[in-house]
Amino acid sequence: MTTENTMPDISIEALRQGDRSEFARLVDAYSAPIYHLGLRMLGNEQDAEDVLQNTFINALTHLHGFEGRSSILTWLYRIAANEALMTLRRGRPEVNIDDPVDSGDDGEALPPTQFVDWSALPEDELLSAEGKQALDAAIQSLPENLRMVFLLRDIQELSIRDVASALDLTEANVKVRLLRARLLLRERLSFYYGERMRKEKTNG
Amino acid sequence: MAETTFTSCEGLLGSLSDYIDGELGAELCRQIEKHVAECENCRIVVDTTRKTIDLVHVSNASETGLPEDVRDRLFKRLNLDDYLKPSAK
Repeated sequence: MTTENTMPDISIEALRQGDRSEFARLVDAYSAPIYHLGLRMLGNEQDAEDVLQNTFINALTHLHGFEGRSSILTWLYRIAANEALMTLRRGRPEVNIDDPVDSGDDGEALPPTQFVDWSALPEDELLSAEGKQALDAAIQSLPENLRMVFLLRDIQELSIRDVASALDLTEANVKVRLLRARLLLRERLSFYYGERMRKEKTNG
Repeated sequence: MAETTFTSCEGLLGSLSDYIDGELGAELCRQIEKHVAECENCRIVVDTTRKTIDLVHVSNASETGLPEDVRDRLFKRLNLDDYLKPSAK
């Protein structure tokens, strides 16, 4: 998802002075990417909508804390990411509320085990209704801390530096998580498309 | 399917993301291209990882809007009702 065409000049000064029409412009400019991040992270529309609303309520409350070191979109992503991770934690009563939101776990990427070459299959076949469903499920099944990095980088298309800034991670951390996420996703898709290729061979 | 591990291909794995994102220097790219020309499993990993990211982009390109009812409720929650004219999009 690119946001290049929806990057209007939002005046931080006007926002801080309580200019409501400027705030409405901010909301219209950035609500869609925030909503889709929540939807991908939480997997349901109601939670995504809650994250969306809370993100802008928090933004309004904390405008004075926005220092302009990152873009306003990165700052909003930072708020939204925290909201989404807290929502995920609330859904798991067994988790101690005092645990850090991010469990860390930046171990090495698992080496690949699937070596089926499905990369040359036609795109309409890869992204058939069933294929798209498999892709969505594979993204949804990534561990949270990897999924958030993956969504911000590979779907919302933030730079490594902006992902690091949004999630309070080092750039090295982001790169490790991104690699793990991409390899896990590749592994799952390879398994899925490999099965499909085998079935087609048997049937054909 | 070979049960290959990447003990000899770990260098490639570590640079895979940067390579796919076009952020590696020319010399490292050349080394990787030389390696994948000789190592079929690594070639598959590079190609299918790249394809995985492509598919994610393509499949999400259409999912960029905000449903009108979600926007309505958001504006109301933020007390921006009076700005709730149809979005410019």
